[in-house]
Amino acid sequence: MEMSLDLLGNAVVSGLLLGGFYAAVTIGVSISFGMLDIVNIAHPAFIILGSYIAYIANTTLGMDPILASVIALPAFYLLGAAVYQVYYVAFERRGDEALRGLAFFFGLLFITEVTLVLVFGVDYRLVEAPYIGPSLHLGIVDLPLRLLVPCVVALIMIGGLQLFMSRTFLGRAILAVAQDQLALRLMAANPPRIKRIAFGLSIATASIAGAVLIIIQPVEPSIGRDYIGRVFAICVLGGMGSFAGTVVAAMALGIVESLTSTFYGPSWSPAVAFGFLLVTLAVRPAGIFGR
Amino acid sequence: MRGPKFFLWLLIAAAIVFGVARLIDNAYVFFAGYVVLQYIALATAWNILGGYTGYVNFGTAAFFALGAYTTVALHKLTSLPLPLMMPIGGLVSGIVGLGTGYLTLRLRGAFFSIATLALAVVAQTLITNWNFVGGSRGAYIIRPATTPLFGIDYIQYLFLIMLALVVIVLATARAIERSRLGYGFATIRDDEVAAEASGVPTLRLKLLATTLSGAFMGMAGAPLPYYVTYLDPASGFSLAYAVNGVAMPLVGGTSSWLGPVIGAVLLGTLQQVATVTISSALNLLIVGLMLVAFVIVAPNGILGLLRFRSGRA
Repeated sequence: MEMSLDLLGNAVVSGLLLGGFYAAVTIGVSISFGMLDIVNIAHPAFIILGSYIAYIANTTLGMDPILASVIALPAFYLLGAAVYQVYYVAFERRGDEALRGLAFFFGLLFITEVTLVLVFGVDYRLVEAPYIGPSLHLGIVDLPLRLLVPCVVALIMIGGLQLFMSRTFLGRAILAVAQDQLALRLMAANPPRIKRIAFGLSIATASIAGAVLIIIQPVEPSIGRDYIGRVFAICVLGGMGSFAGTVVAAMALGIVESLTSTFYGPSWSPAVAFGFLLVTLAVRPAGIFGR
Repeated sequence: MRGPKFFLWLLIAAAIVFGVARLIDNAYVFFAGYVVLQYIALATAWNILGGYTGYVNFGTAAFFALGAYTTVALHKLTSLPLPLMMPIGGLVSGIVGLGTGYLTLRLRGAFFSIATLALAVVAQTLITNWNFVGGSRGAYIIRPATTPLFGIDYIQYLFLIMLALVVIVLATARAIERSRLGYGFATIRDDEVAAEASGVPTLRLKLLATTLSGAFMGMAGAPLPYYVTYLDPASGFSLAYAVNGVAMPLVGGTSSWLGPVIGAVLLGTLQQVATVTISSALNLLIVGLMLVAFVIVAPNGILGLLRFRSGRA
């Protein structure tokens, strides 16, 4: 009994840490899908791109992966702004988001993945950093730094975004765009411009999410697809665009997955995420904090 | 052209295709032709849901592979002939489509698309963990020594079966287009709220389209184990099926049954030629780039471009 309590405690704690990381992966989708109503299914592919940039900086320059991802932030922001511009001109303005807009993002997901395969091959890549390996021990609970550091980085990033959204003029404009675009236009604001900035931000988070992903596990080009189910399940369950909701939902999924992989084996965890998504959509499409 | 007459023309066209392939008398023609035919069936099946109702299915690979793995399981358990295994594979994929649709189609269209993306990952996880059908090692299928039809070898037999499926799928797609059902689908695509308000049973129609589309994808996948003789999850659930299933109808044009056929023949032939000369990853990159280029520049596909030209002339 003592043993299984140990196991349970450790599974819950590593689930919480994993959940912090899932929140970092999801927060970009909470902005794009939750707030801007842009169904960016290519988001995981941008995260993998972030992982590879951290990988290159780490192996060729010996740079810390998280530092590398922070340096890459402006590039990711510009990439996101450019993608939104194409999306706006080709689909949103024509009112053609539903079928072709989705196919556009699917195409981007696919092109990014195949390009990474062509450049790096399908081998797993990993990074080196002092915090990959050692653990803190608190009583019976182990805190692997490999999970703790990503969780802390994720929470700092989300906290920063939350401050930006609630305290700055631009942040409030983004929240306003999410609520009522017409009213915003009547206030002489330009919704496409604000959405471009917000979408740029959402892709920028993929840089940091990519770095923490490659700290947690080795990366190859197609693993982004494993995250699509997770990311959207968390976004919906978290109430579409609520940052606090995203963190809570991410930690809930983290715990469920960690328990499954401790007691049934890790090969089942993608199925858990899908079940989570289906149950969420079927039972609570408004999310845990939804009205 | 009325339905039966169209069906007759399809049969004549199919007979000509088979006759020409026999005349060339080269096994490679049947090998490559089978793949192109399989893509015509997949693209048309995708279009029944995607093109007619506007709901995007990204899980083509999942429905296709479930059909293929049903055949693997049936091959181990029974000695059914392949033409009987195909409807069973279709049934399995159709039920999966119905289930996914039932849970997600009451919400916005995007949720259905996301669920199909995740479905592909999960179905692959389940098959990889299921040892009876080979698990991650894959399964070997030994083809029967003889074919039920006298005088043709096995690859020609598979070609003929796929040709028959293409005839059935195309006839169904065109029949839907010209029927009350097709108009019902079109109202969903154009304005679902208005359709619902006018008394169109939108959920029932969407479920019907999803089930039918999934079932045809499963049937298209059912002969695959006999074609490749060795099937593992990575090849059955290959991303190539997912991206081609979406790219072919959108490149060809989604508004009519002819669009997916054009897209499948064009992209399918291109890939068959290109696989010989360049790597398969580069090959898929071309398909992805064409998909993005077409949705941006030519939203109505090749069919739309042709109509635009002829409308001006």
